[in-house]
Amino acid sequence: MLKTRIIGVVLVRDGIAVQSIGFSRYLPIGHPSVAIDYLNRWGIDEVVILDISASLQNRAPDVSMVKHCSRFAQMPLAAGGGIREITHITDLIRSGADKVVINAAAAKNPRFIEKAADIFGDQCIVVSIDARRMPDGSYVTYTHSGTLPTGISPAECAKVAEKHGAGEILLNSIDRDGAKSGFDYELIRSVFDSISIPLIACGGAGHPLHLKQAMEFKVSGVAAANFFHFAEHAVIISKRYLEQEREEIRLETYASYPDSRFNPDGRLMKKDDERLQKLRFELIPEEKI
Amino acid sequence: MKQNQIVIINYGMGNIGSICNALDYLGGRYIVSSDPGDFSEADAFILPGVGSFGVAAETLRRLDLIPVLDNEIQKNGKPFLGICLGMQLAAEDSVEGGCHKGFAWIQGHVRRLAPKGELHVPHVGWNTVRVCDSDLLFTGIPQDSHFYFDHSYHLTCPSRYVTATCQYGGYTVAAIRNENIFATQFHPEKSQRTGLKLLRNYLNFIRDG
Repeated sequence: MLKTRIIGVVLVRDGIAVQSIGFSRYLPIGHPSVAIDYLNRWGIDEVVILDISASLQNRAPDVSMVKHCSRFAQMPLAAGGGIREITHITDLIRSGADKVVINAAAAKNPRFIEKAADIFGDQCIVVSIDARRMPDGSYVTYTHSGTLPTGISPAECAKVAEKHGAGEILLNSIDRDGAKSGFDYELIRSVFDSISIPLIACGGAGHPLHLKQAMEFKVSGVAAANFFHFAEHAVIISKRYLEQEREEIRLETYASYPDSRFNPDGRLMKKDDERLQKLRFELIPEEKI
Repeated sequence: MKQNQIVIINYGMGNIGSICNALDYLGGRYIVSSDPGDFSEADAFILPGVGSFGVAAETLRRLDLIPVLDNEIQKNGKPFLGICLGMQLAAEDSVEGGCHKGFAWIQGHVRRLAPKGELHVPHVGWNTVRVCDSDLLFTGIPQDSHFYFDHSYHLTCPSRYVTATCQYGGYTVAAIRNENIFATQFHPEKSQRTGLKLLRNYLNFIRDG
């Protein structure tokens, strides 16, 4: 059966992968291709690479960066940031992207989504929506890295995107971004209930339990950026946690922590000494493809 | 011994970069081309697929590639691997983007996915694949391994061509074979190690027959 995707997001600002907090503070992580290499080795289900400076600088997508990064992406790579024309999409797909993520251009002109879906197929077109919570509890979509309010709710934006042929929606919570306090579940529900195409939820993961909670909405994928960049095997450990919680995810890496336990912070506990002693005498040959 | 040369068929819209990356990793020798001259020299073909059937079929006709593909693959029996849209193009026709004719290398039609239950379209993500008989493309790949799918249309065809299926609101054709013609609905070039194993099996078939 189809599994829920665990998706890694790599945010790129002026060529450097960054940690993002509230769409306003950015701390450098390193080269995006290294982030993607690790995510791939750790069995991530999909990667979204977003050039978050493209729209603000009014420039085209950085195709050569995507091309370089794609060498390490043995799983689907969705590329976004600054996509405004069909030629941008053609260039990205030819250079190693498998899907494209459209944000500002989709909000400004939904007809662009239609044109793109007609040529590349709806399954290639992801529309991303960034949302802020208002004091009255409603949500508003923002573009250009959370700087330009559209005055439209994310649910409405998602409905319009679906109507114009989008294949998937990537929903980001600006408030929860980098806060590590869980996803905005009300936001997810509001959009999930208004569309019938696959939804990917992003923003706020700080504990594998948050991923599990987001999966309660039967979303197609749960995504995280910062959360997967700071611990060795971060993806595998989260997947092991989710599998122990009986979630339907895919865990097929050779390293899979089958008999591991977690502490309340969602971190691996040390294996007991008897098991560690056994490991010293096991030779596990590397499988060559 | 000269290594076999694969032609990755360039019709301007497949995810060519991804299949090139996978073949680079496996050490396969290939060129990306839409020149019929290259096709007659090729040892084997791969037709990648990201795009709408209507636009793809029209482009292939405009580039006048179908006669040479018919000759090299159907007549000369050279190995062919179609991926996703590449598999659908092998059918008789599709309803995506209007009614369009495919290569008709197998009997079958491409229809919009209509999964039972509350399942979304496109069918996107990692799904388990059940191999029907032991097909060489799946050598060394355990039953119910995950592959990556991303499609809104699917192939319906006689069961004699079907080598693997998956479940998505009913049985969906995951892979087919008609002698030298192999095709998968999923993306082996995007299915990490499991997908790379499948591509290695295809490379081995090209080499050994």
